[in-house]
Amino acid sequence: MSEIVPEAHGPSIVAAQSLTRRFDPHLSIGDRIAAAFGARVETRPVRAVTDVSFTIRRGETLGLVGESGCGKSTLGRLVAGILGPSSGEIRIDGAPIMRRGRKTTTRIQTVFQDPFASLNPRRRIDATISEGPIAHGLITRAQAPAFVADWLARVGLDPAVATRFPHQFSGGQRQRVAIARALAMKPDILVCDEPVASLDVSIQAQVLNLFLDLREALGLTCLFISHDLSVVRHVSDRVAIMYLGRIVEIGPAAEVYAAPRHPYTQGLLDSVPKLRLDADAVGFRPIAGELPSPLSPPAGCAFHPRCPRATDLCRRERPVLAPHGATEVACHHA
Amino acid sequence: MTSPLLEVTDLRTHFFTRAGVARAVDGVSFSLAPGEILGLVGESGSGKSVTGFSLIGLVDPPGRIAGGSIRFAGQELVGLSEDRMRAIRGKRIAMVFQDPQATLNPVLTIGTQMALALQAHGRVSDRAAAERAGTMLTRVGIPEAATRLNNYPHEFSGGMRQRVAIAMALLNGPELIVADEPTTALDVSIQAQILAEMKALARDSGTALIWISHDLATVSSLADRVLVMYAGRIVESGPVGAVLRAPLHPYTRGLLDSLPAMAQPGQRLTQIPGTAPSLLALPAGCPFAPRCAHADAACTAPPPRIDRPGRHALCHHPLDAAA
Amino acid sequence: MRAFWREYAENRVALLALLVVVIIVGAALAAPVFAPQDPYDLASLNLRDARRPPGFVGSNGYVHILGTDAQGRDLLSAILYGLRISLQMGLAAGTVALAIGALLGILAAQAGGWAETAIMRVVDLQLSFPAILLALVLVAVLGQGKTQLVIALVAAQYAYFARTAYGAASAERRKDYVEAAAATPLSTLHIVFRHILPNVLPPLIVVATVQVANAISLEATLSFLGLGLPPTEPSLGMLIANGFQYMMSGRTWISVYPGIALIVLVVAINLVGDQLRDQTNPRLRR
Repeated sequence: MSEIVPEAHGPSIVAAQSLTRRFDPHLSIGDRIAAAFGARVETRPVRAVTDVSFTIRRGETLGLVGESGCGKSTLGRLVAGILGPSSGEIRIDGAPIMRRGRKTTTRIQTVFQDPFASLNPRRRIDATISEGPIAHGLITRAQAPAFVADWLARVGLDPAVATRFPHQFSGGQRQRVAIARALAMKPDILVCDEPVASLDVSIQAQVLNLFLDLREALGLTCLFISHDLSVVRHVSDRVAIMYLGRIVEIGPAAEVYAAPRHPYTQGLLDSVPKLRLDADAVGFRPIAGELPSPLSPPAGCAFHPRCPRATDLCRRERPVLAPHGATEVACHHA
Repeated sequence: MTSPLLEVTDLRTHFFTRAGVARAVDGVSFSLAPGEILGLVGESGSGKSVTGFSLIGLVDPPGRIAGGSIRFAGQELVGLSEDRMRAIRGKRIAMVFQDPQATLNPVLTIGTQMALALQAHGRVSDRAAAERAGTMLTRVGIPEAATRLNNYPHEFSGGMRQRVAIAMALLNGPELIVADEPTTALDVSIQAQILAEMKALARDSGTALIWISHDLATVSSLADRVLVMYAGRIVESGPVGAVLRAPLHPYTRGLLDSLPAMAQPGQRLTQIPGTAPSLLALPAGCPFAPRCAHADAACTAPPPRIDRPGRHALCHHPLDAAA
Repeated sequence: MRAFWREYAENRVALLALLVVVIIVGAALAAPVFAPQDPYDLASLNLRDARRPPGFVGSNGYVHILGTDAQGRDLLSAILYGLRISLQMGLAAGTVALAIGALLGILAAQAGGWAETAIMRVVDLQLSFPAILLALVLVAVLGQGKTQLVIALVAAQYAYFARTAYGAASAERRKDYVEAAAATPLSTLHIVFRHILPNVLPPLIVVATVQVANAISLEATLSFLGLGLPPTEPSLGMLIANGFQYMMSGRTWISVYPGIALIVLVVAINLVGDQLRDQTNPRLRR
């Protein structure tokens, strides 16, 4: 297990140490028999997250970017304590967040991507918001109505809607409820897994503003996961770019966006469609090829089959994260 | 000026539901020149997809085209029999959906499906069909096209499947392709590849393209002209650059300002308050008025059409008049 | 809720079936009030009135609308009281089977691993042979009586509930709202009872309506075979059995009328259950 990298910029509150998460295929007896007879049953484990370490400083927002299948959601679920790591661990102020496979801390809370799935359809939203705080003794049952009304007001909803069910709300309003549920647990750290991906542009702006306001008011530390590079740029102090289960670049957002060092980061930023405000035609410089299968990641640097700068070294040896100024990059040619 | 390929006039597609009549598309007019790329932008419920489905005659009950006209290459499509519509759909007008599974049959190989699509619209030998299918797959950037023809849809990745769907749309050399959020479900790097290829294809083949999307940036990087829809109406239209630089309609302005890319990192975004109105209970007058910072008493009346060279807007207080 | 009812009412057959069920249940509940005779009151029975055809005016002045049985009991009264017992058995068995099946199914889905495998294999095994067989064996072993019969019925039926509960709970468990509850964290018991159970209940209730009907006919079958309830508590099945020996002698009403009552009840409950199933199936929703 690696040591925590000492931070020069202030105390870290969250530390992820060599996190790895494998998913073993669930094989039924039938599958095993079929496999024994040579059927093409997948028996290899998927490494969704491999040897990921990072820290988040108090009050900081770390943005986590990557394309589908890169492991960012799995990493988010590991940090949120929904999944246990295969190896490595996550600590808050030095204390592990899980004990015997179960999450024990309430200091990390989560906002999920799809507000239509993350709220129990048969539970009134006052119960949804207050059940956690009641179960953990933050409030008594008698205090719940006033507590719920307060939180609804803070996320910009009319307290009179407390007795409604989720289906009576729009997507944006549901996401506000989900934010209220997470923050009602008085967390220090908020994991946001694509919180605005399913929302319309105008509603997305409202929810992002709410997030920025509450983050400042409550002094939250955040892990903000998104595939949308402009959203991540907007909310993050630092960003981490993931590719095939590993962080390939991590550093201050301004620096990474202005001068990306990893060829993948560069390709990703070049792929984002820009608002064309003048009549000039814009060309794309898309990354060639597609994501390799996480079942059999390429040897050496996982990005080398798609990388314009790949050399023999890249095919042979996997680069490790190394500091380049305030940024850390895993590339032989950074 | 060449005669338009497509001329839509006062199109109204309504859904007659139990709860009332939802005017999903309500008085939409626009035209499209051959080879032109038109972006159709709006949020969910704006009517942009229903407009697309109306063009190819695929509006499902309880919805139907309640009025207006769609003239395609001089032929009226509204009221056309299903048989004659089918002869046009897939041959002269093709559609690409957000979910390629919607167009691909999971139990047939790509080659078989493409041959069937070709043979549905004319006598083509199997050998010629396979050849043309292979050519099309290559054109949309699928390597080893000849062997890939023997694959089933599930053997392709999401991005590759969408390319196959695009190749199928291109098969019969259509004059118009209607693409409904074709890259929304894809990763940015794959989206960038497909956008680049679509742009080149439209230029090379002279196919006109209607690109329906919620994403202003995607549309702006691809389209010549943009239509902005809100609550079933086109509230603004014009050349992409002009519209994005100086929008006439407060909604277009608000949509642009909502984008994180338009703000300083960490600063609050300029948001549009409120939510889109229910199509079942649209306010009288301008449907955007309840969310609009410029709204006043005049906005309770239906907004007038403001014409500017090459563009128009539906608004009582167009933003260029304020100065 | 109102929308649900309006959609239900659109199906005329299901509406009629519901009406029939309500009338039958109401009549059974109110039997002591308006049944012409108390069939348990031996003092009111007169053997001279036995096996009389429908419409016969008895010695104590009743008009026996459906005739009388071998003991001289008014058949309409016997059917009304028999319905009470049949419904009682069906509801008791259905409810207990629902509770046990739901518990096992959710437990299997929640626990996973070997517990899941063990529970669900037993359930599958049981579903693979006829319910009546198991019920027969159990009644033969346990002996007669209401409790014994309910146990036999539950043993024969809980597997259907367990299957349904397991399927629904496995699907719910993977949903974000359950993950959200686990990430709070909330205790497993809290998650099961407050989150999973309420979402698993609707499909179970649909299964329950059909299984109550099945329990009623299963009980009737057992009673008809003489393995059900003691003769002192005549359910519909026993009434049919009692009249069976007179079928050949032309006194068909003794068996036929209880039979019709049984069929109408079972079919009506099934129709209600079918409509509920269609309405709660999201894939069939318009």
